[in-house]
Amino acid sequence: MVKQETIIKTVGLNCCYGSLCVLKDVNLEIYKNEILGIIGPANSGKTTFLRALNKLNYLNSSYSQKGDIYFSNESIKNIGENILRRKIGIIFALPQVLPVSIFDNVAYGPKVHGVTGKNTISQVVENALKKAYLWDEVKDRLNEPAVRLSGGQQQRLCIARTLAVEPDVILYDEPCSGLDPISTAKVEDAMQQLKESYTQILVTNNTKQAARVTERCVFLLMGEVIEVGETDALFTEPQDKRTDDYITGRFG
Amino acid sequence: MNAARIRQKIAFLVLAIATLLIVIPILLTIFYIVKNGISAVTWTFITQSPRNGMKEGGIFPAIVGTIVLVIGTMLFSLPVGVLSAIYLVEYAKDNFFTRLVKLSVVNLSGIPSIIYGLFGFTLFVLLMKLGTSILAGSLTLAIMSLPVIITATKEALESVPFSFREISFSLGATKWQTIRYCVLPYAIPGILTGTVLSLSRAAGETAPILFTVAAFYLPRLPRSVFDQVMALPYHLYTISTQVPNMPMELSFATGFVLIALVFIMNLVSIILRAHYRKKKLW
Repeated sequence: MVKQETIIKTVGLNCCYGSLCVLKDVNLEIYKNEILGIIGPANSGKTTFLRALNKLNYLNSSYSQKGDIYFSNESIKNIGENILRRKIGIIFALPQVLPVSIFDNVAYGPKVHGVTGKNTISQVVENALKKAYLWDEVKDRLNEPAVRLSGGQQQRLCIARTLAVEPDVILYDEPCSGLDPISTAKVEDAMQQLKESYTQILVTNNTKQAARVTERCVFLLMGEVIEVGETDALFTEPQDKRTDDYITGRFG
Repeated sequence: MNAARIRQKIAFLVLAIATLLIVIPILLTIFYIVKNGISAVTWTFITQSPRNGMKEGGIFPAIVGTIVLVIGTMLFSLPVGVLSAIYLVEYAKDNFFTRLVKLSVVNLSGIPSIIYGLFGFTLFVLLMKLGTSILAGSLTLAIMSLPVIITATKEALESVPFSFREISFSLGATKWQTIRYCVLPYAIPGILTGTVLSLSRAAGETAPILFTVAAFYLPRLPRSVFDQVMALPYHLYTISTQVPNMPMELSFATGFVLIALVFIMNLVSIILRAHYRKKKLW
């Protein structure tokens, strides 16, 4: 395999809420333009890891963190939250749309980052919706409230909203947990198409989805990295017995 | 019918009676005031100044005075109340100071209105040398209105789903952008309701304006914010207790106008709320 360029690197990452530590000494490298899967049972720290990458955990006042995270070789401690979150976007588990129109949902990000001009914003919105494979379904109803979209459409709208601020990395926090299989397939298609331009990290409870979509996978258990490897290898010949137990469905 | 169902019937009956008890006094009050006063509510009564020791003529200066005081109160209490509530909900850390402020807000609403009157008199009229004036009266009423506005705004802000803030933050918006675009717009109906509620209370208060602004008899309109004004509740108080041989229907008519004014304010808030609710999409 070709030596890949590292975009995110965590060094000795420990994450705690009050006295409860949910991630212990996580050292991971994430390569540019890969789709990295993070699998593991509930409460193994998957979401916390994801949200540590763009400092979203700090919205919880009891959160504390040790160790360091580097984004493009710079410690995220030195990067302002709003700059970091623009570069590292996130898609939440349940589709969360703002109670405004489809257009305004996507336009919100560019607007807060100072993009002005009606035509410019329209172009940004159109491009983002196209990349998220939603444009054809919504192009005639951009001014309708976003909540009228179906769950799968809403989730792709969230992806478009994230793309509109031109991130480098997209984090997915169980993006399909509330979706039917067809919507799930559409979201997965969109992820495959986005591979060319973005680094994507997918947290999922669905091991089959991880096997379908990702190239490399991390198995987290009780806040510890048990195994990291290429997805095919990890699923066919897991090195650790606990990984084997999890992916074959013996627990979790 | 078994015993459980009978008990349920009795419980429902008790609940229904309790609910009815709320409606009766309001209806009776309005009925009584309208019955005794409506005959005196004429165009002259609303648009003329009082004459002949207030036993004749109208209450126009008092209506204007009350409206001016309500507007003055709003100008002070709305910005201070809303801004401090935003600070308390969105910015303040949970420490001793914040808890002290929150406790003060709760306790402010428990202070009797006559104490506000005395406080306003000491601070604004004497110490700040504003004199008995619209300014002093509005400031006093504003302080009295603050707790309700702060509490209503706090609740309105807290009822905006956390996910809206999370979405905004996740897109790289700053805290202020998030509050400005993703929180405040959805809290406005609640803020409006609380504000109108507290302002209509301020419109009807006598004690806070007693020493700070209210004029016993001043049949002309105010010329500046340093003027005294007549105000409906105080006028009602004086004609009911201080003027001998006052025609009763004039007192009731004054009460009617005051209630009508408060009712109109509440109506405006109901209409605004309905308008915003149509846009509510979550």
